[in-house]
Amino acid sequence: MTENKTRGASIAFDTVGKSFNKAGGVSFNALDNVSLSVAPGSITGIIGRSGAGKSTLLRMVNGLERPTSGRVLVAGQEVSTAKGAQLRAIRRDVGMIFQHFNLLSTRTVAGNIALPLEIAGVKAPQIKTRVADLIDRVGLTDHAGRYPAELSGGQKQRIGIARALATEPKVLLSDEATSALDPETTQTVLALLKDINRDLGLTILLITHEMAVVRDIASHVAVIEAGRIVEHGATYDIFTAPQHATTRSFLSGVTGVTLPAFVRDRLVQNAPAHGGEEVVRVTFTGTHATDPMLARLTKDMGIPVNILAGAIEEIGTHPYGNLLISLPVLQAAQARAFLENHGLTTEMLGYVG
Amino acid sequence: MSANLINLLLEATGQTLYMVAISALFGTLLGLPLGLFLATSQRGELVSMPWVNKILGLVVNATRSVPFIILVVAIIPFTRMVAGTSIGTTAAIVPLTIATVPFIARLVENAIREVDAGLIEAARAMGATPVQIITKVLLREALPSIILGLTLAIVSLIGYSAMVGAVGGEGLGDLGIRYGYQRFMPDVMAIVVVILIVLVQLVQSIGERIAAAVDKRATKSGGQ
Repeated sequence: MTENKTRGASIAFDTVGKSFNKAGGVSFNALDNVSLSVAPGSITGIIGRSGAGKSTLLRMVNGLERPTSGRVLVAGQEVSTAKGAQLRAIRRDVGMIFQHFNLLSTRTVAGNIALPLEIAGVKAPQIKTRVADLIDRVGLTDHAGRYPAELSGGQKQRIGIARALATEPKVLLSDEATSALDPETTQTVLALLKDINRDLGLTILLITHEMAVVRDIASHVAVIEAGRIVEHGATYDIFTAPQHATTRSFLSGVTGVTLPAFVRDRLVQNAPAHGGEEVVRVTFTGTHATDPMLARLTKDMGIPVNILAGAIEEIGTHPYGNLLISLPVLQAAQARAFLENHGLTTEMLGYVG
Repeated sequence: MSANLINLLLEATGQTLYMVAISALFGTLLGLPLGLFLATSQRGELVSMPWVNKILGLVVNATRSVPFIILVVAIIPFTRMVAGTSIGTTAAIVPLTIATVPFIARLVENAIREVDAGLIEAARAMGATPVQIITKVLLREALPSIILGLTLAIVSLIGYSAMVGAVGGEGLGDLGIRYGYQRFMPDVMAIVVVILIVLVQLVQSIGERIAAAVDKRATKSGGQ
C-alpha cells in the first residue's frame, strides 16, 4: 500500500437538538441538547435502542440531517449550516458505511468503489490505480469484476468500506454496519475497521445497538436514550462502572452474565422477614480481576458464598470480571464492605427467600 | 391470396411499424425526462418543486383519462399545426405520441421510485450533486424497469395504432377493419391478427432480453 497517512478529524456536537413536526402540530424531540466531542483518530461508539436518536445524530456529521438547534463541527468546520458545494466538499472528507450496504446493483465491485471518485471528478487513470489499491486493502482482489448480488454480506460490507475510503476521508461513519451480518463476519469486518483506524488514523464514529461491537473496537462510548446522551466516556470505564440503567441493560446482554432463570423468577426487592439470601453482582476490574476474593471471603470472614453465574473477559486489553453471587442476608452488608474495601464493586440486585 | 393483397399487408405492416417506431421515439424523448422529474420533484426530494410536480401530475392524469379514440379527434387542430395535415399516417403520429408521453412518464416514475432510497442516501453522503445522483444512480439502477416499461408502452402503441384509421392513419388495424370486417374477408382479418400477435411477441421478448442483460440484481446461477 502506498497510502498517505491521513489524520483523523475531530467531531463536535454542540448542544444539538432535533425536533420533527408530526401531524396535528405535535412536535417530537428526536435529539435534545446533545453535546459530545469525539477525539481525532478515536473509535467512538454511540449505542442506543432503535428510535433513541443515534441514527439522526450520526447523519448530522455529514449533513444528511440538520439540527434544529445547536451546531455540528467536523475538524472545526460547521456542517450544520453548510450548503451546496461547501457541504459536498465536507462530505468527501466523511466516508459512510451502511447496515444494508447500499451498493449499486448494476456496478461491479470496482465500479462501486470508483463511484465516489467519479463524483469527485477524479481522472480515470487515477481512479483505476486508487480502486485497485482499495480492493487489495479490503481483501477483494479476486472479486473486482463481480456484481454485489454474487457476493456474501461480509464481502458487500468490504466493498462499502472500500468505497467509503475512496476519497481519503478524515472521518468514517458507520451506521449499524455489522447489524445485518452473522457473528463471525461481524468479527472480520470489525477487525478491518480497527486496522483502518490504526493504519490511516481516521476517526471512526459508529452507531450500534450491540454492546459487543462497542467492546470489541470502540475506545470511547456514548449511551443515548430518548434523544439524550445519558452516559459517555472511555469504554473500559463505562463497562466496568456503568452509572445509568440503560447502560446496565445493554451491558447485561453482552457480559454474558445474567441470573439463571430459577433465581430470576424468585427475585424480590424486599428482604424476606426471616433469613433468605441477598443476590449481589460483583465486578472485578483491572488488577483485581484475577484475585481470589471470594475464597478469602469464606476463609477469612467465614461467610458462605453461593456463585450463580460469572465470567472474566477483556475490554481492550484490560481484564474485567463479573460475578453473580448470593450471600446470607444477615452477613451480606459485612461481605459487601469487605469486597468493596478490596477494590471490587458490588451491586445489590434483590433477594431470594 | 392475390399479390395485390400481399402488397396491402406489407404496406400496412410498414405503416404500423413506422407509426409505432416514431411515436415510441418521441414518446420516450418527452416521457423519460417528464417521468424523471415526477419521481424526483416532490417536497423534500432531489429537485424539490412540489407545485410544478402537482400541476404536471394533474396534466398527466388528465391526458391519460381521455379515451384514445376521443383524443385522436379532439386534438385535430393541434395535429394540423404540428404535422401540417390532420389526415394520414404521419398525422397519426401526433395523437399516438401525446397518448404515450404520460404513459411512459408514469412508468418511468414508478421505475425510478423503485430504486432503493439507501442508494440515494449513499450518493448524497459521497457528495454527489442532484444531477450526478440522477445520472449515475437513479437512471442506471432503474434501467431494467425502464426498459420493461418502454416495452409495455410499445406494445400498447401497437394496439393504439389500430385506432388511427379514424383519421386516415392506415396501418394493420385499419386494414383489418376495412377489408376483414367491412368487405367480409375473414382471411385478411386472420392474417392481420397473426401479424399483430407476432409483432407484440417480438417486442416483448426483445424488451425482456435487454432488461435481463442490464439487470445485475440477481445472479444468473442463482447464488446468494
